[in-house]
Amino acid sequence: MDKITSLKIRANQLRQDVIEMTAEAGSGHPGGSLSAADIVACLYFEVLRHNPKNPKWPDRDRFVLSKGHACPVLYSALARSGYFPVEELRTLRKIGSRLQGHPDNRKTPGVEICSGSLGQGISAAVGMALAGKIDKKSFRVYVLIGDGEIEEGQVWEAAMSASHYKLDNLCAILDYNGLQIDGPIRKVMSPEPIKEKWLSFGWHTVEIDGHNIPEILDAFSQAKQVKGKPTIIIAHTTKGKGVSFMENVVEFHGKAPAKEEAKKALEELREEVRQWEN
Amino acid sequence: MGKLIATRDAFGEVLVELGERYKNLVVLTADLAESTRTNKFASRFPDRFFNMGIAEQNMMGVAAGLASCDKIVVASSFAIFSTGRAWEQVRYSICHSYLNVKVVATHGGISVGEDGSSHQATEDLSLMRPLPGMRVVVPADATETKLAIRAAVETDGPFYIRLGRPKIPVIFEDSCPFQLGKGYRLTEGEDVAIFACGVMLYQALEAEKNLRREGVKAQVINMSTIKPIDTQIIIEAAKATGAVVTAEEHQVTGGLGSAVSEVLAENFPVPLERVGIKDRFGESGTPEELFKKYGLTARDIEEAAKKVLRRKG
Ligand SMILES: Cc1ncc(C[n+]2csc(CCOP(=O)(O)OP(=O)(O)O)c2C)c(N)n1
Ligand SMILES: [Mg+2]
Repeated sequence: MDKITSLKIRANQLRQDVIEMTAEAGSGHPGGSLSAADIVACLYFEVLRHNPKNPKWPDRDRFVLSKGHACPVLYSALARSGYFPVEELRTLRKIGSRLQGHPDNRKTPGVEICSGSLGQGISAAVGMALAGKIDKKSFRVYVLIGDGEIEEGQVWEAAMSASHYKLDNLCAILDYNGLQIDGPIRKVMSPEPIKEKWLSFGWHTVEIDGHNIPEILDAFSQAKQVKGKPTIIIAHTTKGKGVSFMENVVEFHGKAPAKEEAKKALEELREEVRQWEN
Repeated sequence: MGKLIATRDAFGEVLVELGERYKNLVVLTADLAESTRTNKFASRFPDRFFNMGIAEQNMMGVAAGLASCDKIVVASSFAIFSTGRAWEQVRYSICHSYLNVKVVATHGGISVGEDGSSHQATEDLSLMRPLPGMRVVVPADATETKLAIRAAVETDGPFYIRLGRPKIPVIFEDSCPFQLGKGYRLTEGEDVAIFACGVMLYQALEAEKNLRREGVKAQVINMSTIKPIDTQIIIEAAKATGAVVTAEEHQVTGGLGSAVSEVLAENFPVPLERVGIKDRFGESGTPEELFKKYGLTARDIEEAAKKVLRRKG
């Protein structure tokens, strides 16, 4: 099977896991997990230089999920990469679980740093990239941020510092799904024009369809070539992507699918794979 | 057990009432209109409601500016972001300028549940209490919430009111003796005094019943106002019982337990035990599971009462 199809299947697997995990937990954030699934799949199964058997390998590439509420998709990618058993995904958000409601590096192997208080992850990523420069290491730092999240002032403080210190080893990805908790970002608190803002903060920008695997891979290789400045991949996405009745539905930001909905969602996702395999 | 109502639901309702009465009441939230229940006010008074997006620091600064132009402002987000992320804006723009901003935060404590520690404020009272001019109130149920919000809107100056996410028992069905700045006794007893706030008042009342069955008579005092602290009732209770327990859904440092300790140490030292979270972060789980794991049940209060009784000698 070609690389693109196998990554599509990987992303589909992450989506299935997200549905099963949140349905089992009875809470969580499926919408923003589904919108990020293709990006996360490309990172974990193609782009990142990492070693699941040695999560603390000093030369590993770092990934920070700044929009930490989307951790179901991260946990699925970690488990499917071999950081911990896939069965553990079912413990999401349960008492005593290593899989917390928001990422916690002291509990989950492969998680770099606590995130979920929006705006904080990108600053931490800047720090990691800066450490890479200090130590003359070749690792790269990737950070996924939300389009609602960029309303936080801290994001722009981080953006300023990353270009000031010429962190070309830093690559942010914006999950541009157009929605936040209270509705469309343009209605709640518009951060537009987005591309111009990042450009004026001194970043290299690449705009892509965040569900198109070749475009995602291409953007990541482009980012690697950019010297002297950080890159942001502005990924146009659909919140709830992959499940017809969850797509662009604001409520599925922070609501788990009910058991029946989960069943339907899984059927849809599995049907998609069958089509690719033929 | 009677009715269950979340304090944030009571807040949403009373805010609409107050909006009718006070035409200069303005409400702000930070992408949490539904979660904070300020959406009710938003649909009734769209011209006096502003969603500030996911930008809590700016929200507090804007609240201060609005208040400086004679608005009464209610600014509402989750407790951790209201007091943590925006702490210095609350300190300087709001408290230092002594402006009419009511920081009403929902999702206080570990009863937030499954979202886990990132969203569980267990330090908010200690962040708000030392701010000069700030009043700090933790209502025990829906009824008291309404009275506290009303008092805050009708009293000049900054307030921090901490509310919760889950439905909790209604303690005050018909009437509630809430008075800003006053603690009040709900049961009489001369063996031990239990001071509680928020959802822990219910646990304290349960503990009181169990203790009474075992022959220990406890006076339970609702200390919904943590600042200004009612020194008089603390000293009276210490004199009457000689043994004090505090209970709060918060770290044992900086909140109710600290406030009561300070008053006792300076005025009438007696043995004291603090029930609360002991220097650790929360985690994901159901509120019930977390209350058990973090020592916030009626049982924990009973044990603290017995321990303090032994120390009283
Ligand atoms: C500092 C902070 N404020 C508020 C929240 C509550 N919150 C969690 S997710 C969210 C909306 C995020 O929207 P977006 O960044 O667009 O995420 P996505 O659409 O990708 O899920 C909010 C307001 C938070 N986690 N952190
Ligand atoms: Mg979004």
